[in-house]
Formats: sequence, structure tokens, C-alpha cells
Amino acid sequence: METQVSPQLATSADRAKRRARRQNLEGYALISPWLLGFFLFTAGPMIASFVFSFTHWDIVGKMSFIGIANYRRAFTEDRFFVQSLGNTLYYVGGSVPLRIAFALGLALLLNRGVPGLRFFRTIFYLPSVTSMVAMAVLWQWVLQPRTGLVNVLLASVGIQGPAWLSSPVWAKPALIVVGLEYIGPQMIIFLAGLKGIPEQLYEAAELDGAGTWAKFLHVTLPMLSPTLFFNLVTSVISAFQVFTFVYILGSQMGHGPMNSLLMYAIYLYEQAFRIMKMGYASALAWVLFVIILVLSLLQLRFSSWVYYEGGAA
Amino acid sequence: MSDRTMNTSSTVGHRAQAFGQWLARTSIRRIIGMTLTLLLLLGAAVFFVGPFYWLFLTAVKPKDQLFTIPLVWWPREFVWENFYILWFTKAPFGSYLLNTVKITGINIIGQTLSASIVAYGFARGRFWGKDAWFVVLLATMMIPAQVTLIPLFVIFRNLGWLDSIYPLIVPGFFGGGAYFIFLLRQFFMTLPIELEEAARMDGATTMRILLTIYLPLSVPALTAVAVFAFMHHWNDFFGPLLYLNRRANWTLTLGLAALQDPQIVDYNERMAGAFLVSLPCLVVFFMAQRFFTEGVVMSGLKG
Repeated sequence: METQVSPQLATSADRAKRRARRQNLEGYALISPWLLGFFLFTAGPMIASFVFSFTHWDIVGKMSFIGIANYRRAFTEDRFFVQSLGNTLYYVGGSVPLRIAFALGLALLLNRGVPGLRFFRTIFYLPSVTSMVAMAVLWQWVLQPRTGLVNVLLASVGIQGPAWLSSPVWAKPALIVVGLEYIGPQMIIFLAGLKGIPEQLYEAAELDGAGTWAKFLHVTLPMLSPTLFFNLVTSVISAFQVFTFVYILGSQMGHGPMNSLLMYAIYLYEQAFRIMKMGYASALAWVLFVIILVLSLLQLRFSSWVYYEGGAA
Repeated sequence: MSDRTMNTSSTVGHRAQAFGQWLARTSIRRIIGMTLTLLLLLGAAVFFVGPFYWLFLTAVKPKDQLFTIPLVWWPREFVWENFYILWFTKAPFGSYLLNTVKITGINIIGQTLSASIVAYGFARGRFWGKDAWFVVLLATMMIPAQVTLIPLFVIFRNLGWLDSIYPLIVPGFFGGGAYFIFLLRQFFMTLPIELEEAARMDGATTMRILLTIYLPLSVPALTAVAVFAFMHHWNDFFGPLLYLNRRANWTLTLGLAALQDPQIVDYNERMAGAFLVSLPCLVVFFMAQRFFTEGVVMSGLKG
């Protein structure tokens, strides 16, 4: 370590070292709020919940170490675990592609230069800034079997609508369709991505005789693929955690007809804070984490279809 | 191409003339295409706006018109009293509002400030491990909340903070969240580094540079952060659900969610409640929508 140097021996190298040390100190001081928060609220709790997952604990009594019993119970004995996972996978599989397609479709339409871009952009973003509780309350009302808006409209054209949220078959599809109102942020990101596609590419394609569909397939999609990838990964992650909307609906009807609306996050919440099984819930949390991690890595692994203009990601 | 800004000094005549010229230039095929696009967009708009209109409609209908067939699209009378009845008699919405404002306000301040500091560190700092820590920051955005949920609850319980707003406001001061740090960092990096170099030559300290140079120049980005933070905390349900027990401590979202029993609260009063709770967000959104679209873009594409 450097000690005091007499003035005549202080070289520019020493000054540089002192400056570097000062910059290190300053840098870490600047990011210290986040760094501290990271250890306190993220890394620490993650390790803790991993440890909890191997215990049996009801938060007031003693914590007892039970090995992998929680995990074994989840995968072999707990049919609600299986059902909630299945429901969630159904939801993810249904909502992610639909939302991406819908967001992309709207973005493409908006990008065509019609008047009122700002008006439409605002309208489409509107539900995303509204309280999800308010929306759940509203849609619960709109999807009422006999008197709700949807079924009354359907009846006026002679179709008898199902009992949406009370029907084991239609509950999840109804949830997915309502979720389509939340494509605001995705759509904005697609719009920005579309604006970044140079006009020359389209002109060159037209010179080669490409029609609308060919232009979309060979210019738009490839140039949009990083944006698509981003939206895909983030929407999978958030779709797995669906909670608020389903919780509000659930407070009136349990977990939906035949538990068809029992989502993973709901089940986890109840295990932790209703039944006070902290150990089991922690195991459930880590299973979810691993699933999301694996899916994200798989998406990354099979992302050779993503075309990066400037080279590396 | 899409966001055509009209010359504000145009008269109607000029606009008509421009439109006429455009019309003459454009082929029939293109006009048909545009019309079709517009129709599709309008159809989608109905899907997005329709529920809101229905929400408002139900809120102001008299009780006996709720379940009528055929549907009533424009009520003959507006029962504004529904708002009043709900707010003042059915539940302590005044308290809910106060709690919500407290949580939201404190978080806006805390998150904007601490995210600025941390983002500045990541944007302009030169310290060992900076890039590695930044990758860690980005990675935390992918961690599902469930994984830290229970231990956080245990920590707050041990601190005696259950049934208070502390668990909902304290974390905001520790960087404000990866999303905001990322957004501000990207923005800071677009500011010319010469400003900082000049200030340093004049002997300014790092904090001074941040406060007097970077922050004033970052008002759009900071506003975006503040608006996002507002929306997030005003509408937050899960946090309050977990940490606020007594009714007096509830936020608006909890209060709204609790209006379940049709015997106590009519549907139109429930809708009135939903409308009132959503109103501030809608207002803020309309005023600041520019920041939304730009803010989301800033963070969504880079990196």
C-alpha cells in the first residue's frame, strides 16, 4: 500500500493512483443506495427464502429443517400445485402470443401515417394506467352472465353468451381477452422499434418487387426482432406472476369455477399468508423462479432469429 | 411521417389547400388503405374506451336502471349522488385517500432522488466493477417478486413495521428500483461530457455537478420517473394488501377491492368508486402522456 511520499518523489503515476482510488470511492458512494438495497432487499432475501424452502415454519413457532419434503410434496402430493401451475401455463401460453400479436398489429396500423396518431396512442395506453382493481371491478360487472354488457350485446344478435367468469371453460379465456387491454407499453415499444427501421430498406425491397406481405416478412420482422425478443421475454416473466386481477375476481367466487382461476401467484400467496406455511410457500417461490429462469434461458438460447443491426446484443 | 405537426399559424384555408394537394397526389388505393386502417383503429379504440364509458355510465345511473334490457346508453338522469354516497358514507375513503397520497408522494420524492444519484454513478462514474454491477442491476429486473416476498415480510415484521406504511416507502429510497435507475442512466449518458469536464476544471465536486448541471438538464426524464412512480404507487394493490391491516391504514385500492357485498354497496356505487380511484391517474396521464411514450421507449430499447 502506498504510504506518505515526500513531495519530490510524487510522480504522475502516484497522482493517477490516488485519483483512481478517489474515483472508486466516489463511484461506490454514488451507487451505495442501490447496492445497500440490493443486499438488504434482494440478495439477502433470495438466499433466505432458499433456506426457508427446506424448512417447516409458520412464522410464530420454531423453524424446523425438513430437507426437500416441501418440494417432494409439491410435485407428488399437492394437486393444487399442479392445477395452479397448469392454470398459469394456460394463461401464459394464451396471453403472451395474443398480446404480442395485438400490440404489434396496433403498432403497425398506427405507423401507417393515419391522422390522429396521438389520439389513438393515448386511447390504447389508457387501461394500462388505470388501477387494476378498478378494471377488475368493472370487468366483473361487464361479464355478468345475464345482465353484463357483453352478454346483453351478444343476445341482441341472438347469441347466448356463456357465464364467463363462472364457467370452468370460459373463465381463463375471458381473463386472457381482458388482458389484451394492457398492451399499451408493448405497443409503444413496438412503435419505437418500427420508427427505427430505415426507409431505404423498404425502398430497396420494393425495387426487388416485394409486395406488402413480403416487405413485412423480410424487412419489418427481422428489423423488429430485438424488440420482439424483449417484449417476449418480459411478458413471459410478468404473465407468470399474474395476481391482482385474479385476486379481485376471486374474492367473490373463491378460485373461480372448479378452481380454474387458481393461479400460481395466488396459491403461493395463500400458502404463505393465509395458511402460514412459510417454508412450503418459499419452495413454491423457488420453483417459479427456476421455471422463469429456464424459460428465459431457453428463449435466449433459441434466439438466433433475432437480428442485431450493430453486431452484439 | 406519422406525427405531422401542422404549422400553427395555418389558416383553415391553408389546411384545406394542403389537404386538397395531398388528395390529388395520393392514389385511390392508398386512400382505401388508409380508410381501412382508420376503421380498424377505431374498432380497437371501442374495445379500449368502451369499458371506461360503461364504467362512468354505470356510476351515474339510478339504481333501477342498472339491469335493464335493452341497454341504456345515455341515462335520462345523472345520479351524481352515487359518488357522494360512496365516498362519504359507505367507507372511509377520505382516510384511504390520505394514506394513498402519503405513500405515493413520499415514494415519488425518494425514488426520483435516489435513482438520480445511483444513475449518475452508473453513467459517469469510473470505478472498478461498474459494468459488472450494472449487469447485476439489469438481472434483478427479471427476478419474480415471489422469491423475495416472504423474507421481506419477515424482515419488516421483525422491525415492527407491519400494518404501517414503512415497508411501502423505505425501499424506495434505496435506488428507487432498477427500472428508474436504468432509464435515468441512459438519459444521463446522452448529456455532453464536456459540461462535466468544464465544471471539474472549475473545481466542482461530484454532488455539485449532479445537482446543478445534470438534474436541471434532465427534467423530462425526471418527470417521466415521477409520473411512472405516481402511477405505480397510486395503483399498487399487492404491497398494501400485504402490509396494511387496519382499515384506517388502507389505501384506495384496498378500499375499492373491499366493496364486494352487493347488500352493502350497489353496483353503481362500486363503479362510482372505481371511477373516482382511477380519476387522478387519468388526469396525470393526459397531462403527461408525452413522457410516458418517450420514457417507455428510453428504457425499452437500449442495452
